[in-house]
Amino acid sequence: MSVLCFEHASYSYPHARVPALDDVSVAIEAGEFCVLAGLSGSGKSTLLRAAAGLVPHFHGGSFAGRVSVCGLDTREHGPSDIGRLAGTLLQDPETQVVMSTVRAELALAVQSLGQPPAAVARAVEEAALALGIAELLERPTDELSGGELQRVALAAALVSRPRLVLLDEPTSQLDPVAGDELIWQLRRLNQESDTAVLLIEHRLERCLAAADRVLAMADGRLVCDRDPRGFLEWAATAQPALQTPAARLLGAAGLAPPPSGVKQARATLRRQGLLEEVVGQPRGELGARGAPKRRASAGGLRRRRDADPTVLQMQDVWHELRGGRTILAGLGLTLRAGETVALMGRNGAGKSTLLRHAAGLLDATRGRVRRDGRVGLLLQSPGDYFLHERVEQEASAAALATVGLQALGSRHPRDLSGGQRQRLALAIVIDGDRAPATLALDEPTRGMDRAAKQELAAWLHRRAAAGTAVIVATHDVEFAAELAQRVVLLAGGRVIADGSTAEILAGGWYFATETARILDGAGGALLPEQGAAVLRSRRDGAGRGIRLAVGP
Amino acid sequence: MRTLESTAVLGYRPRASPLHAAAGPVVAAYGAALATCALLLEDPLLLGALLLAVVLAAVAAGVWRELARASRRALVPLLALTVIVNVIVSRGGLTVFARLGDWGPLGEVDLTVQAVIYGLVFSLRLFVVSLACLLIVCAADPDELLVAMRRVSPRSALTVALTTRLVGVLGSDSRRLAEAQRCRPDGGARGARARLAILRATVSGALERSLDVAAVLEMRGYGSAGRRAAQGSRGPRSRHDIAFAVCAGGLLLVGILALLGGAGAFRAYPLVSMSHGPATLVAAGALLALALAPFLQRRGIAR
Repeated sequence: MSVLCFEHASYSYPHARVPALDDVSVAIEAGEFCVLAGLSGSGKSTLLRAAAGLVPHFHGGSFAGRVSVCGLDTREHGPSDIGRLAGTLLQDPETQVVMSTVRAELALAVQSLGQPPAAVARAVEEAALALGIAELLERPTDELSGGELQRVALAAALVSRPRLVLLDEPTSQLDPVAGDELIWQLRRLNQESDTAVLLIEHRLERCLAAADRVLAMADGRLVCDRDPRGFLEWAATAQPALQTPAARLLGAAGLAPPPSGVKQARATLRRQGLLEEVVGQPRGELGARGAPKRRASAGGLRRRRDADPTVLQMQDVWHELRGGRTILAGLGLTLRAGETVALMGRNGAGKSTLLRHAAGLLDATRGRVRRDGRVGLLLQSPGDYFLHERVEQEASAAALATVGLQALGSRHPRDLSGGQRQRLALAIVIDGDRAPATLALDEPTRGMDRAAKQELAAWLHRRAAAGTAVIVATHDVEFAAELAQRVVLLAGGRVIADGSTAEILAGGWYFATETARILDGAGGALLPEQGAAVLRSRRDGAGRGIRLAVGP
Repeated sequence: MRTLESTAVLGYRPRASPLHAAAGPVVAAYGAALATCALLLEDPLLLGALLLAVVLAAVAAGVWRELARASRRALVPLLALTVIVNVIVSRGGLTVFARLGDWGPLGEVDLTVQAVIYGLVFSLRLFVVSLACLLIVCAADPDELLVAMRRVSPRSALTVALTTRLVGVLGSDSRRLAEAQRCRPDGGARGARARLAILRATVSGALERSLDVAAVLEMRGYGSAGRRAAQGSRGPRSRHDIAFAVCAGGLLLVGILALLGGAGAFRAYPLVSMSHGPATLVAAGALLALALAPFLQRRGIAR
């Protein structure tokens, strides 16, 4: 018996003209790790909600066909019954936590099964240990950060040891380290307890290596159901926006088959003689041999920094909480006009606090922030900026035209798509007599597909070209590589690295793009197209595929 | 300093105190007993004893600062207003200390000493009831309360769980909205109009948010599991549970006996009359002792 089975399932939300699910038939077996891919609005979240029994019980609308979870028909059994068999984690972690302490939150699902106190206590401890949140057990849930909330919500979904786990972008608020850890925790759960996993994720490069199977959706229909390699082959022609950076790299270099991860990509390059491996030299040092290009870019950056006026200067900025916790610890940062800077670091490193100080929303405990011109800050949820009934009431016509929303003036802001909401919030921030000298964006790509990210990056590049300094706090390494000239890496409220994007993102494990990890940062290549150029040059330089050198 | 973390929210926080060591329902019963006594009795001396009991209990539980802050911000202005309104609208007193003349719809307004005293006593009563409720808010674990409530009424418990969670969610929504408005080029609108706009935006998103929270509660089996599930989670009773439960019962008993025995008879109109016999003094002492006795049990409570 399949743990999850859709049979010709179709569904339309109330008053919707287009179905969100259109004749979907698919079965997921016990122990399968499935990734659900698709562009924004393709119906992924609706499919997941149908599997959890929320569609149609919670959302109303019209439903046809049949969905069953471990044999329970969702038309006859509501989310409570399904919840005993399937753990679900939806997108917004803030609404996924319902009790006041972490321990009570984890206990809730097991208590609902009628388990005695000893069994509840054991299940809570085990789930907390498995997810690495044991130290959070006594914490009030309203004090947790977004990343912590997401891990707690995931533990709450897993604590009753369900046979199926349904996850809607569980890594969206996590830094690259925590995101990777979470995917491998899911894989371990899947392997050690035969739990089936259905995972929605936009950053496919993060999870394809762990997946057994990939389902892709478009316009409410299931358009692909293959293993990761088969999916990437399909995506190359049918949905290029769903390709991973590794697949784009090898595709652009004319190599096959498309890899589902770094290991497969390197194996292919090794077979083709296109991987530079130097005996006796650690991988971290290999990137240095791409130095000419990187030095050139770093030099270019230095020249630009010297020439352009400073728009933001933070000197020895401290931000200390009343309880004594330090968020920023003597932080220094200078931003010049026209610069594009990515602010990276783990959850809790101080990125959002830094941006709030830059915009003047917070006052430093110690230190000084000097601004030359206005700082426009776009916070994490663009919807928070909307107070009116129509788009045209939120910002001036000129600002709406700048972000390309002039045609949507009569729409309600909440009816806009995710990308359009982001642009409307940007229009609000840049509106006014004085254009901002600095644009600061806090995690702007959360929940965005690749096309929307590229559109945002292009728009920000245009602003930077016009002289606006752009600083973006992001966990998305690929977006940072596409957007920024410079990357500032924070840890513990301090700057631990500040350099050109090629310098910072080519040389690490976590804070490195997939292309850089495949090529060991050679030539400072961060994006697939740059990496493909490196590979083509290697191929052209015949006989230079695998160079073996004796170490010093 | 403008900081997000400076926004203090009144609510439960685990602390090292005998009251916090008791189960949520027991703490609620203890606070409810104090509030009920205040509602039953109207003698100023007994109300004063109850006020002292609640304040000392809050100090012993380590939540007095929260209660004082809430009192300063909301309770004291409200109680002052209560006294003023009573003085203006009351017609029962005989000792006039100011004649304000004809106030239109209110007619001739004479301010009397009796109206002031009754207003003060009524405010004192309201104050004690409010502080006892705040004590429950600060010291009773809401999760334990909800679990206990599921045994009695699963559907009501679902509604309460949804509401309590939603209060927090909407609170953080409104804080984020306010912060986003400050990011507007003009710094956002200020004053009452801005607050109203933020409130409207928060409320308009409340339905969506409540659906999300309700969906999660439903998926965790909260609604359907009901009585049987909740019974599985019943834990053992601690000595703090027993002490506070016994004292809650004792408080109620003393309150009822004082009411029936006419201890501390108080009348404000037309002239103030009070009788403070030995029974009143004994009742006041008993209320104070019963309310504070469970706090003497500090063995095992970290300092």
